[in-house]
Amino acid sequence: MKTVLALILTVLALWQGLIWLAGMPPFLLPAPAAVAEALWLNRIEIARNAGFTLTEVVLGFTLGSVIGAALAVAMGFSARLTGILRPILTFSQTIPVFALAPILTLWLGFGMAPKIAMTVLIVFFPVAAAFLDGLGRTPQAALDLAQVMGASRGRIMRHLRIPAALPHLATGLRLAAVYAPIGAVIGEWVGGARGLGALMIHANGRMKTDLVFAALLVLSVMTVIFARLVSVALSRIWRRYGV
Amino acid sequence: MTLAARLQGRAWVDGMPLFAPVDLALAMGGWTCLLGPSGVGKSTMLRLVAGLDTGVSFQGTITRNLPVALMAQDPGLIPWLDVTENVTLGARLRGTLSPSFMSKYPGGGPQGPGAEPPTANPASRAAALIEAVGLTDRAHHRPDSLSGGQRQRVALARTLFEDRPLVLLDEPFSALDARTRAQMQDLSARLLANRTVLLVTHDPAEAARLGDRILLLREEGLTEWPAPPPRPTGAARPYDAPEVLALQADLMRGMMA
Repeated sequence: MKTVLALILTVLALWQGLIWLAGMPPFLLPAPAAVAEALWLNRIEIARNAGFTLTEVVLGFTLGSVIGAALAVAMGFSARLTGILRPILTFSQTIPVFALAPILTLWLGFGMAPKIAMTVLIVFFPVAAAFLDGLGRTPQAALDLAQVMGASRGRIMRHLRIPAALPHLATGLRLAAVYAPIGAVIGEWVGGARGLGALMIHANGRMKTDLVFAALLVLSVMTVIFARLVSVALSRIWRRYGV
Repeated sequence: MTLAARLQGRAWVDGMPLFAPVDLALAMGGWTCLLGPSGVGKSTMLRLVAGLDTGVSFQGTITRNLPVALMAQDPGLIPWLDVTENVTLGARLRGTLSPSFMSKYPGGGPQGPGAEPPTANPASRAAALIEAVGLTDRAHHRPDSLSGGQRQRVALARTLFEDRPLVLLDEPFSALDARTRAQMQDLSARLLANRTVLLVTHDPAEAARLGDRILLLREEGLTEWPAPPPRPTGAARPYDAPEVLALQADLMRGMMA
């Protein structure tokens, strides 16, 4: 905690020092104090927009995780399905989400739906990839036993493969939690009047750089807290199962 | 007479012969030891009999007339399940555990008149087997808090819980220290007394203690060792008896030949 505080203070000091030394105008780089002021003056607007973004992130993360996990289990059942789906999934990740955002807005409108869809697109892949990797790593000794014991594929999945892959799933979820806000913000950026992304775009257009920085700060803090909460929740759940 | 299992044929790994044509016939009852050095295909034969994937191309026939249970060098314990849950793993994987099992064990289920006979109740059967392998005070421990010998005891209890007439043992004691290994041999000989056992081992001392019938597998093929003297019922031969040590030495010579 102490080091974090020292780090923040150092960054702030360097930031302020740069402004003094280079004499940068506030519309290029606002001073820390100006950002703090913008944050305070616009607190209601920022909070409201942060609420929208957070809702999109939570919904998109949840939906994307469920889709990603379900895909992984389905692929874990069938090598053939894996053979078909894996290249499609990899291909889906080669398309920059930024390029998709206008299309999704066109299809889904200006509401929350395209933002959630963007978040889902960003979230499902790391979850599916990590979980599928874990599903393929059940110790062979356990699988041999299960086969000799006459277990069905479904029960092997439920009682052995999925529990054994939970740490891998957790890795995917932790990663996805950090990336999830990117999807939501890009969606807001491209088409929308609400959310931190939209707020940033509008503030940027009006040269209110201090407000852009304030919104960015809130987004970063929100992301860190969200990722931390996901991580802590996962540790708690896994500990109960002893994985 | 019906055989417990029979494997006739040969196998290749990546085009290289693994074992020459063999005829491994398991009669009903007793311990058959398949003795040989590493890499001659002992475990592959056992896996073929068990119906498991081997990664080899096998040409021949495999017949098995008895349901089978498996115990291997890797005890294959499930790390997030405790000892009782590991012992009853088979029932869990077959879906025959009642949903209330978790809350009931290890109480042994309903008691008194009208209660199920103990053999029909997985909880009491598991408790009895865990007692038989001497782990009652560990019934709720997870595998990571057990020693290597204790883990193999759990694996033995789990094998017994399956209650199959044919038991396949794939070097189950190889990773244990000499004393623990001898104790596990005694325990297994006692608890598996009434079953047909195929024991795959690379240890001549183990074959000399446990084999009612000893088959030597070498690169040249499978040879039947002259029948050793009868073994006491439900026990391993003493590890220090001169005739057992002599048999061990003979087997070692056979392996070196």
